[in-house]
Amino acid sequence: MSTRTEMPTLPAAPPKPTKRTERRAARARRIRESRTDRIFLFCVYLLLAVFLVVVLAPLLYIVASSFSSPEAVSAGRVLFWPVDFSLRGYHAVFENPQIVQGYLNSLFYTVVGTIVSVTMTVAIAYPMSRRTLVGRNVVMTAILFTMLFTGGLIPTYLVVQSVGLLDTRWALIVPQAIGVWQVIIARTYFRTAIPEELVEAAELDGCGDLRFLWSVVIPLAKPMIAVVALMYAIMQWNSYFDALIYLKNPDLFPLQLVLRNILILNTTGGGAVDASVVIQRQQLADLLKYSLIVVASVPVLLIYPFVARYFTKGILIGAVKG
Amino acid sequence: MATLTTIRPPAGETPARSRRRGRRERPGIKGLRRSLRRHWTLYLLMVVPLIWFVVFKYIPMSNAVLAFKSYNVIKGIWGSPWVGWQNFDLFFHNPVFWTLVKNTFVLSLYTVAASFPIAIILALALNEVRTGLFKKTVQLVTYAPYFISTVVVVSMTILVLSPRLGIVNEGLGFFGVPSVDFLGNPDYFRHIYVWSDVWQTTGYSAVIYLAALAGIDPALHEAAKVDGAGRLRRILHVDLPGIMPTAVIILVLAVGNIMAIGFEKAFLLQNPLNLSESEIIATYVYKTGLLNADFSGATAVGLFNSVINLALLLMVNTIAKRVTGNGLWS
Repeated sequence: MSTRTEMPTLPAAPPKPTKRTERRAARARRIRESRTDRIFLFCVYLLLAVFLVVVLAPLLYIVASSFSSPEAVSAGRVLFWPVDFSLRGYHAVFENPQIVQGYLNSLFYTVVGTIVSVTMTVAIAYPMSRRTLVGRNVVMTAILFTMLFTGGLIPTYLVVQSVGLLDTRWALIVPQAIGVWQVIIARTYFRTAIPEELVEAAELDGCGDLRFLWSVVIPLAKPMIAVVALMYAIMQWNSYFDALIYLKNPDLFPLQLVLRNILILNTTGGGAVDASVVIQRQQLADLLKYSLIVVASVPVLLIYPFVARYFTKGILIGAVKG
Repeated sequence: MATLTTIRPPAGETPARSRRRGRRERPGIKGLRRSLRRHWTLYLLMVVPLIWFVVFKYIPMSNAVLAFKSYNVIKGIWGSPWVGWQNFDLFFHNPVFWTLVKNTFVLSLYTVAASFPIAIILALALNEVRTGLFKKTVQLVTYAPYFISTVVVVSMTILVLSPRLGIVNEGLGFFGVPSVDFLGNPDYFRHIYVWSDVWQTTGYSAVIYLAALAGIDPALHEAAKVDGAGRLRRILHVDLPGIMPTAVIILVLAVGNIMAIGFEKAFLLQNPLNLSESEIIATYVYKTGLLNADFSGATAVGLFNSVINLALLLMVNTIAKRVTGNGLWS
């Protein structure tokens, strides 16, 4: 890209009436881009195309490999399109009891965790948004402070241990039930979307705070609640660290921890019989990794395009100070 | 040039500010009692989340006294004997101390240095392109990796770079370069860590800047155009100053998180071969604390980490406020 800052050329220069077609001349007149600008814009498109390819290439490679035959993957013949199309990798994934159990566990953690988190977040964020509540600034500061300073891994672990959550399903749900960021998003939304006049009107009609929250605020805040719920759900689906430190029982492991054991620690298990079987098993184990990556990411990536717009809005609400 | 950079959108009062605001809170005990009587249901609502904050955030903070004690399982946290700064002394004199600090610092500074400008560049580039299929595609695709879990991103990285299967070595082989064991070589660890991070988060970070860019008053662009500024000039003198406040806040937060750099990823990417570069404070805390059950020692290391982190955050915030007038809290 040219970083040279040329003197701006006269933008109003009419296009030369030469061999150009009518349409192109008309377009040039309308946009009135100087040549430097057009070159610059071309560089911008080029840059974006590079971004696109760089992000997309590894994804395509993984997906293509997951649909190829074990031999083709091991021989390194797969690039961005499946070679010898086969579903053997996916068969292997769904035949593995660990993976299926992990999938079900993750589903449970995601659903229950999200419900708990959203409820708690609304319960703290809504009162924080009401201007007539005394003491909310003190509480808010105390909440925000937890973003800046934490006790650390071991002190938190000891708390989880002493409340008896260790090695239970709740260990993955309760200790990270509330995200401060989500509280900020919810509070800001409540504050900007629910006008104070509405509260007053409801009060005059004899509507209590809880009823107001339930029948006015929550219906009005549905888009925000959806965003926050999604943030929690994705966090829950993708997390593995809490499971790593709090869980010992493999039956409770979420998918991500199973993934780590298979993909990174390479523990597919199984005793070897003879050389050709070993090679075959190795090839299948390699293929399984690609398919597993796809299987684990699909739920999140499937819903993502539909909610991306709202998600963006959520980030923006959270980014506003105050 | 100077005139262009100093133009800012008029910081007018929002209409909401001047709006009548009902009965406002009255501070003090009397106000609190009145407020409690009127809104007791709301206070009730807050009870469970507040207990949660105390139990899972503030008790761990108080548990950090463990750093000054010699933990005894039977006596508990508060019953264990005090040992003063001994745990810290042990850590500071540990031969791995400087390696840990250096690895943590270098890794996170490198991450900030790489991802911060790239996100801005992506946002500026996207902003130049008129809304259309291309722009939407680029945004959707670059944003997507953010939703993939760390475990999967690390696995993908390992697979792509693998000497036996990986496409990267395949490509190198095409040019006659012998295959490289990227993850087995400590020299490559930082680059792998940082660039896979950039790959995952750039699209997401760009969104915030895009919003800031959308908030820039179009009149500024029009004025610049009338003055004969080309696209590049308008980026330099209208867009960049326009997103400065946002950028400063993001930078402050990023630098403030230097010591809190992602445990998850470093832990997943490390192996015995690259440990000399990949062992950072967080992974060390995990290993000494939970694997070797040295609770006091690990708490001391963690506390050291948190304090440095907080100090860095406050320092950077102060500097940013002095230099640019923007900070986390104004």
